[in-house]
Amino acid sequence: MTDAHEVPHSEDQGHALSYRFLTLVWLGLLCLTALTIGAAEVDLGYLNVVAALGIASVKACLVIFFFMHLKYENRLIKGMVLTAFVILAIAIGLTFVDVGYRY
Amino acid sequence: MDKSGLMDNTGLMAEHAAATPPGGHPKDYHAAKMGMWLFLFTEILLFGGLFLLYASYRHRFPQAFHAGGQTLDVFLGGLNTVVLITSSLTVALSITALRRGELTRCLWLLSFTIACAGAFMVNKTIEWLAKFHHGLIPGSEHMFGLPEGQSIFYGLYFAMTGLHGIHVIIGASVLGWVMLLIRQGKVTAEDYVVLENAGLYWHIVDLVWIYLFPLFYLIS
Amino acid sequence: MDQPDKADQPDKTGQTGQPGDSGASRPFFGPQGPDGKGSGLASWIFSTDHKRIGLLYLAVIGLMFATALVLGIILRLKLMTPGSTLLTPQQYNAMFTLHGVIMVFMVVIPSIPASFGNIFLPLHIGANDVSFPRLNNFSWWLYVTGMLLAITSIFTGAGAPDTGWTFYVPFSERTTTNVSLAVIAVFILGFSSILTGLNFITTVHRLRTPGMTWRKLPLFVWSLYATGWIQVLATPILGITALLIFAERVLHLGLFDAARGGDPLLYQHLFWIYSHPAVYIMILPAMGVISEIIPVFARKPIFGYNMIAFSSLAIAFAGSLVWAHHMFTSGMSDTAVLVFSFLTFVVAIPSAIKVFNWLSTLYKGSISLDPPLLYALGFILMFSIGGLTGLVLGAAGADIHVHDTYFVVAHFHYVIFGGTGLGMFAAMHYWFPKVFGRMYDHGRAAWAFWLILTGMNVLYFPMFVMGMQGMPRRYYDYLPQYAPLQMVSTWGSWILAVGLTLMFWNLYRGCRFGPVATRNPWGGATLEWTLPTPLPHEAFHADPEAPEPYDFKGINPDG
Repeated sequence: MTDAHEVPHSEDQGHALSYRFLTLVWLGLLCLTALTIGAAEVDLGYLNVVAALGIASVKACLVIFFFMHLKYENRLIKGMVLTAFVILAIAIGLTFVDVGYRY
Repeated sequence: MDKSGLMDNTGLMAEHAAATPPGGHPKDYHAAKMGMWLFLFTEILLFGGLFLLYASYRHRFPQAFHAGGQTLDVFLGGLNTVVLITSSLTVALSITALRRGELTRCLWLLSFTIACAGAFMVNKTIEWLAKFHHGLIPGSEHMFGLPEGQSIFYGLYFAMTGLHGIHVIIGASVLGWVMLLIRQGKVTAEDYVVLENAGLYWHIVDLVWIYLFPLFYLIS
Repeated sequence: MDQPDKADQPDKTGQTGQPGDSGASRPFFGPQGPDGKGSGLASWIFSTDHKRIGLLYLAVIGLMFATALVLGIILRLKLMTPGSTLLTPQQYNAMFTLHGVIMVFMVVIPSIPASFGNIFLPLHIGANDVSFPRLNNFSWWLYVTGMLLAITSIFTGAGAPDTGWTFYVPFSERTTTNVSLAVIAVFILGFSSILTGLNFITTVHRLRTPGMTWRKLPLFVWSLYATGWIQVLATPILGITALLIFAERVLHLGLFDAARGGDPLLYQHLFWIYSHPAVYIMILPAMGVISEIIPVFARKPIFGYNMIAFSSLAIAFAGSLVWAHHMFTSGMSDTAVLVFSFLTFVVAIPSAIKVFNWLSTLYKGSISLDPPLLYALGFILMFSIGGLTGLVLGAAGADIHVHDTYFVVAHFHYVIFGGTGLGMFAAMHYWFPKVFGRMYDHGRAAWAFWLILTGMNVLYFPMFVMGMQGMPRRYYDYLPQYAPLQMVSTWGSWILAVGLTLMFWNLYRGCRFGPVATRNPWGGATLEWTLPTPLPHEAFHADPEAPEPYDFKGINPDG
C-alpha cells in the first residue's frame, strides 16, 4: 500500500512529499492567511487575539508538520520539538505570573 | 556501517553509527538532522525572548499597541506573508526535485526562493523607510515624544522585524551556498541532508513571520 | 579475573595497542606518526580531535581562571580594611564586574563540559569522537573570540564595564564603559556553549556503542546530556538579552526605558530566565564527576543509579521554573514572589536526592582516601552548605533580609567554587593520569586539598554572618562593625591562594615529570580505563562491549 503522496525512497530516510501534496499545503496556508486578515476586520473583542494566534498556530503546524517534515520524523525528534516549545511557553507563562498581577 | 535499529529498553531507537573507522567520519543522516533541529530550537528561543517582551507590553499597553498597529499597512504585511509562504513551498519542492534527480528544476526552485527573500526585503525596506519618513526612527525626538507605550510598540516592531530581516538574509545566503554545493555535486539525490537542513532553517524564518504578521499588523 | 585488557587485543592492523606501535595508538598529544605529522600549533588549534579540543579549552579556561582569581585576590585586598584603599570606586566596580563576567562566562560554564566532557563523553559511550567534530573545533574558536573581545573591552574606550556581571538596566544602558563590546563577547561565548550542548546531545543519541542502553550510560554522560539541553534551550535567551542591551545602547530602542513605558523588570526576567538555568549548567557536570568518583573509591556500585540519572533531568527541567527568585525584592507582583518561592523549594529535592545517594554509596564501602575522593568529599560538604543556604534565599520572607547582601555572595561561592570548582579539581585528579600518562604526588595533592578547603571556608563563611548582619554586596566601602570579619575573609583568600598554587604546581609537576601512570590506577569500570595510558589518538578500533559502569567485580586498581 503506497501513501498517495509518497515517492520511492531509501529505507530509513523518510519519503519525499509529492509536488501535488506540497502545493495543497501551500493553498491551505494561503486560505488561512486570507482568513486571519478577514477575522481582523471583525470586532470580536478579546477573541480577536485568540483567533489571530489560533490561526497562526494552525499555519505554523502546517509548516512544521509538512514543509519541515516533522510528521514523518521519529518520536524522538517530535519529543524534542515539543520540549522546546514547552520551555518557551513556560518562560512566557511564568513571566505573566508577574506581569499579569502587578497593581 | 551498522544501521540496524536496536530497540533499547526505553523503546527509543538506538540507531547509531559504529566506531569511527580510521581515516574518516562516516556521514550520519539522522545526526545531521537532529543537530539542525537542535539549532532551530535556539532560533525559536532567541525570537521567543522578544515575543515574551511583546506579550508583556501588549498586556500593559493595549490601546497603544492598537494605535500602533493601525499605522502598519496590512496589504504590505499580507503580501510579505504570501511571499514567505510561497518561498517555503518552493524550498520544500526543491527537496523533492533533488531527491527525484531533477537538478535543473531544483535549482530553479531554489533561485525562486531566494528571489522571494529579495522581494521580502524590498518590501520591508519600503515599510521601514515609510516609518522613518514619519519620524519614527529609534532614538529620535519624535519617538521619545510618543504617548506612553507607543514607542515601545515601534521599538518592538523594529527589533523583531529587524532581527527577522537579518535571518531572511542569512537564510537566503545559506540557500545560495547550497545551490553552489548542488552545482558542484557535493549535495546530491542520494546525499541531500544539507539541502533539507537549509530548508528547515528557511521554514523557521517563515514561521517567525507567521506570528509576527498578526501580532503587528492585525491588531486593529 | 581482570576484564579482558582491550589494550592488549590485536587491533585490525594486527598490532597491539602499546604506545609507539602504530600512529593510532601513540599519545594523542604527540605526533601521529614517525613523520611528525600531528604536532605543531596548527595541528592543535585546527584539530577536530575531541581530546585535543578538550585540552585547548582547558588551557584557555585555566588562563581565564587565573586571571579572575587574581582579580578576586585584589578585591579581597581592597576590602581587608574599611576606607578608600588600593582602588578607586570606579576601578573596584570594574573589577568585580570583570571577576564575575570572566568566572561565569569564561570559566565555570565551559569548565567541565568543554574540557573533560569533550575528552571523556565519547570514550564513555565507546565512540571515537563527537557527532560534529568540526563544529566542536569551531565552538572553541568562538570561545577564544568571545574571550578576546571581553579582554579588549577592558583596555579600550572608557574601560571595563562597571555594571556587575548582571548588566542590569538602566545603568547598563547609560554607563559610558565598554558594555557594548562586553555583551557582544557574551553573545559569542553563548554561541560556543550552545554548540557544545548541541554536539553532546546528538552524540549521546547517535554514537553509543551497541548494547550501551540508556541505563548503562555512565552518570557523567547523563549529567552532560541534561546540561546540553539547558545549554541549547536557555542560552538563546541570554543571546537576545545581550542583543537587546546592545540595541538599547546603540539604537536607543528604549524597550526598557521607564520614561517611555518600558519595564526594567522585564530585562531582569529575560536575564534570569537564562542565568538561573546557567547555574545548573555549572553544577550538573560537576555532580556527574562526583557520581563517577564516589563508586570507584568506595568499590561499590552507585546507590540509586536510576534516581541519579532521573534527577539530572529533573534538575534541568525544574531549574527552568525558578528564575525570579533572584527578583523577590525587585518590585514584581506578590503572586510571582509566592509562586517562584514555592517552585524554588521544589528544585532542591532532586539535588538532595543526589547527596543522599552519594552518601549511601560510601556507606559500608571500601574507602580509598585518594585525592579524587578527597575533592569529591569536599564537594559534598561545600555543596550541601551552599545548597542549604539557597533555601534561605529561596524563602521569600528570609530573602527580603539577605537579598543583595554578602549572604548571597557566600551562597553562590559555596555552590559554584566549593561545588563546581572542587568538582573540576576532582576531575583533574581523577583523569589527568589517563590523559597525560603520569601520576602526581598524592601527599601534596592532599595537602593542597586541605589548604583549599580551609581557605574556602575561612574566606566565605564569615560572609554568611556579615550578610545576615546587613553588609550589602558590591559595596566599595563598609561600616567599621564589619571590619573584623572582612579581615578574616581576606586571610582566607590567602590560604586559598596558597592551596590552589600548590595544587596546580603539584599537578603540573606530576603530569610532566611524574612516574608513568598505569592503565587503570583507580580501578574504574567505565570504558576510558580500558584504553592505553596516555590516551591514544584513536581510542576504539572496533565497537567496544558496553560495560556495567559501576560493577567492579574483577576490576582492581593496577597502580
